[in-house]
Amino acid sequence: MKIKGAIIAAAAVMAVSTAANADTLADVKAKGFVQCGVSTGLAGFAFTDANGVWDGFDVTFCRATAAAIFGDPNAIKFTPTTGKTRFTALASGEVDILYRNTTWTLSRDVDLGFTFLGVNYYDGQGFMVRKSLGLKSAKELDGATVCIQTGTTTELNLADFFRANGMSYEPVPIETNAEAQQKYLSNACDVYTTDASGLAATRATFEKPSEHVLLPEIISKEPLGPLVRHGDDAWGDVGRWVMNALVIAEEKGITKANVADLAKNGSSDPEVNRLLGSEGSYGDQLGLSKDWAVHAISAGGNYGEIFERNIGESTAIGLARGLNQLWSKGGILYAPPFR
Amino acid sequence: MSNRHEPFVASGDIQPSPPPSSVVGPIAWVRENLFSGVANTVMTLIGIYVIYSLLASLVPWLLLNSVWNASSLQDCRSIDNGACLAVIRERYLQFIYGFYPTEERWRPVVAFVLMLVALWPVLFAGAPRKLLYASALYPATAYWLIWGGTIWGPLAVMAGPIVGIILYRVFDKVLSGMMDEGIAGILSMAGALLLTITWWLFAVVQVDAILGSILNIGLEPVASDKIGGFLLSMIIGVSGIAGSFPLGIALALGRQSNLIFIKALCTGFIEFIRGVPLITLLFVASVLLQYFLPPGTTFDLILRVVIMVTLFAAAYMAEVIRGGLAALPKGQYEAADALGLDYWKSMRLIVLPQALKISIPGIVNTFIGLFKDTTLVIVIGMLDPVGILGPIRADQNWNGIVWELYGFIAIFFFVFCFGMSRYSLYLERKLQTGHR
Amino acid sequence: MAVISNDGEKSFHIGMLIYDTRYRSYTIQIFALCMFMLAVAWLLDNAITNLAQLGKTFSFGFLFETASYDINQRLIDYTSTDTHARAAIVGILNTLLVAFLGCITATIIGVIAGVLRLSKNWLIARLMTIYVEGFRNIPLLIWILITVAVINESLPSPSGFRGADPESSPLFGGLLVLTNRGFYIPAPIWGDMSMAVVVVFLLSIVAMFGFRRWARKRQEATGEILPVLPISLAIFFLPTLLAFIALGMPITLEYPELKGFNFQGGVFMRDSLIGLWLALSLYTGAFTAEIVRAGILSVSKGQSEAAFALGLRPNRTMNLVVLPQALRVIVPPLISQYLNLTKNSSLAIAVGYMDVTGTLGGITMNQTGKEMECILLLMAFYLIASLSISSVMNWYNERVKLRER
Repeated sequence: MKIKGAIIAAAAVMAVSTAANADTLADVKAKGFVQCGVSTGLAGFAFTDANGVWDGFDVTFCRATAAAIFGDPNAIKFTPTTGKTRFTALASGEVDILYRNTTWTLSRDVDLGFTFLGVNYYDGQGFMVRKSLGLKSAKELDGATVCIQTGTTTELNLADFFRANGMSYEPVPIETNAEAQQKYLSNACDVYTTDASGLAATRATFEKPSEHVLLPEIISKEPLGPLVRHGDDAWGDVGRWVMNALVIAEEKGITKANVADLAKNGSSDPEVNRLLGSEGSYGDQLGLSKDWAVHAISAGGNYGEIFERNIGESTAIGLARGLNQLWSKGGILYAPPFR
Repeated sequence: MSNRHEPFVASGDIQPSPPPSSVVGPIAWVRENLFSGVANTVMTLIGIYVIYSLLASLVPWLLLNSVWNASSLQDCRSIDNGACLAVIRERYLQFIYGFYPTEERWRPVVAFVLMLVALWPVLFAGAPRKLLYASALYPATAYWLIWGGTIWGPLAVMAGPIVGIILYRVFDKVLSGMMDEGIAGILSMAGALLLTITWWLFAVVQVDAILGSILNIGLEPVASDKIGGFLLSMIIGVSGIAGSFPLGIALALGRQSNLIFIKALCTGFIEFIRGVPLITLLFVASVLLQYFLPPGTTFDLILRVVIMVTLFAAAYMAEVIRGGLAALPKGQYEAADALGLDYWKSMRLIVLPQALKISIPGIVNTFIGLFKDTTLVIVIGMLDPVGILGPIRADQNWNGIVWELYGFIAIFFFVFCFGMSRYSLYLERKLQTGHR
Repeated sequence: MAVISNDGEKSFHIGMLIYDTRYRSYTIQIFALCMFMLAVAWLLDNAITNLAQLGKTFSFGFLFETASYDINQRLIDYTSTDTHARAAIVGILNTLLVAFLGCITATIIGVIAGVLRLSKNWLIARLMTIYVEGFRNIPLLIWILITVAVINESLPSPSGFRGADPESSPLFGGLLVLTNRGFYIPAPIWGDMSMAVVVVFLLSIVAMFGFRRWARKRQEATGEILPVLPISLAIFFLPTLLAFIALGMPITLEYPELKGFNFQGGVFMRDSLIGLWLALSLYTGAFTAEIVRAGILSVSKGQSEAAFALGLRPNRTMNLVVLPQALRVIVPPLISQYLNLTKNSSLAIAVGYMDVTGTLGGITMNQTGKEMECILLLMAFYLIASLSISSVMNWYNERVKLRER
């Protein structure tokens, strides 16, 4: 009976009350860290090294958010979430912000009661097949066995695509990326489909990446971005403007290397000065310190730097900027003006 | 007459001649047990073939051609074609501790050793009984060791029951002077219980914070998401076992009770839990539980899972113990009543010791089942040993590795579960009082 | 008497509610009832508040919206334009299918292993012990993952069957194709008049049972023993075979053929179904083996000795004396193993078998965000399944209960 008592008691100790509703920013400041929901493991976007330290594209955005608030990119805790648990984790207040390759859709925005803060990666669903099959187009996939990761929009897109083209297929639904990869590699499915970025990331981990090709069709729009709970606009603003700040920083050529210097000495460009806090009081408006953007940019650099370091062409994943290039350079990355 | 022969009288025992070698000895044994007939011979040959083919594929793969030193699967394959055990060598710490901080890993080890010490007086009769008191302190100690933080939290929690008992004594003394003894008893018990629960729910966190700020004795806190691997299985398994046993007894007694409402409640609970798969309960833990708690309350996922697993195992435990209660001859209940023992005394002294003894195999089987069921937490995204496979296989170096990892996990569970079932046999033999 | 009771009423005080056994049980029950109702009310209130705060409603309307996802294994027609409710039914049927198949094979495996464990053959008995201990002491989830991995990794993929000189070929003249995506067997094509054959077959099953009943009655009346087994086998097979030939073989087989990416035609049993089925059967079979062994051991030796003394031959001893007694011990735990198997089939989720946990509790829950409704429905389904199985068990227990005098 003693043991049972102690477990109940432990429950009492562990029970942490956080107000999931009203003012997340105040709560986050009070507890001293940001709780960020990420993927359980997707190369390039969110993964842990052998020491359990999180890194990746999405993870760096989380860290930048923490840095903007606390000035410390490590004032953060990560909750790995599956496709299935991610929304409940956010809704219940278990995580403060969700950076997990989540596609912005109407029903998620409206029906599930979340607010999308923007898009940090423009993606689309693609197909990966073995080169030896000699396929040129996804239209030739009639009768194929297709591995999909469940709990995502991909299975819906897939059903639509095959129905629209009058083709039949054999879906093999898999819980995690690792399992799906295993199935695909053992040739238990002909095709692996998920977001094109995820396919590239997965292919990069293969023993012989050159034996696999991505088919040219991109069958959906997958704007991936962070989300927070509905009705907490102050907190949403922080997340949104951290992301925008990183994009503006790239636009204005502010990098991890020169940000401290620019902040100290100022710049001839007033928008840079506003961003870095030497002009105006934009930090106060957000409820943050004056130099929040300096910390956010120092965490992992500007958008371009984050992209290049984690998933860019110089990495094993080797994604081209494509749509995720700045609007001024042919992409659609476009941050609202900072004023 | 003189030539009459003296009758033969044996002067000693004649040594029995040894039985013919076709009846004893290894050859006879083999004939008797393996080749006693056509059918038997065929079965033996099939058996030998099965063993041969198993060994012929396993031994070279696992022992002769296995690779221990390599940095990736490709490396392994280029060295030899056997098992790539290098992955175990590189990742076994992750299997054991999950992402527990490297420099703090001595703490789970200490907790594990202390667990063995705490279990010693519980499991084996030879140990000094005084140690049981130390065992009672174990849960809070283990919690502190694994999750860290200041020492005051666990101490404050442990202080709860002690304070409660003292409060009960004080209340009882004060109140019984003022009013009827019966009312005083009820009031002081209710008061003490209420205050103890209040203490746990509201004061512990503050006490922890205040004392922690005054005198910060403690360990580096470790967050729950760092805990994984076998450590996680052990935490869930051990606390589930510890919790489900008393709860199971209570439920079994409740189901046998004469109090109709209590009986209905216990029966309904047991049948409900036994009727649904553990997976759905884990979904509840991860997805639904927060809907049923006050807005904004959220607590640790590990704790939520422990609660669900405990409830799950308790329902099964209750049925096992109910079987033991039912198997006990009615005379035992009647004898206890005849001695004038009240309900609790008759249960504690006469019925339960015998009923529990009868149910030992079932109880241990439930424990084994619970321990195996800890692997299911992977469906809610926790990194138990099976969950750790994900990150390992997502690693470029170990992409495509299968058997070595499954085998490693299987062996771990086999060792623990098989050990538990052997212990149950030992206990059965020890408690066998020879009723046959 | 009146004086005494009067005295008792006078001296009633509130403490008696807890110290007097006449009242105590009511006190405790009323207290428990109040606490229970309070707890339920508290939980419901929280749920309502939380749902309102998240802007969610509690309704089952989503079940009749379009599911828009595909399910690979479907026993009834289903496309992505059907509703979530239909998807859930597809999942339920898949659960029942794997549970049904698993129960049958687990019983067969369990009986064989249980009997062999008691075998005099030392080697076989030890091998069976290894099987039983191995499966009982390693989690089912790991066995499921291993069996599916065995199929995926060690069998040839469909492309291995391609080409002029393929690496692998179908077994038994095309009757069985083993690929790493699942197994293919020929499917029957029901031609004209095939219904007649089916009707004959069903009738012969009825006739067989009728004959067995009649034979038993006759034996009880006259003591004469008929050769029941050969005759019932003949009734089982011959009429159907004759009808089949007489009607010009209306049922033909459709063989699986390699077309495009995969084999087409025939019956396709997916790797996930095979793996799950195999793992569930082997795992439950290990437990069943122990139950069978305990059942056989529970029949005391005197029973079979007595039967021998009466002059019964070994197989009749087994059938008439030992088995009926052993079954009484075996059946109740066996049925609870069936129950476990059904519930364990929810682990299908780990290998992508689309059972009810995969459809209703998986994709539907995810796409609609109706966690509460989906999990409640899921639990209700399993509860109904379990309760129906256990009511069968209670009925059986009641029927075979030893009438003690």
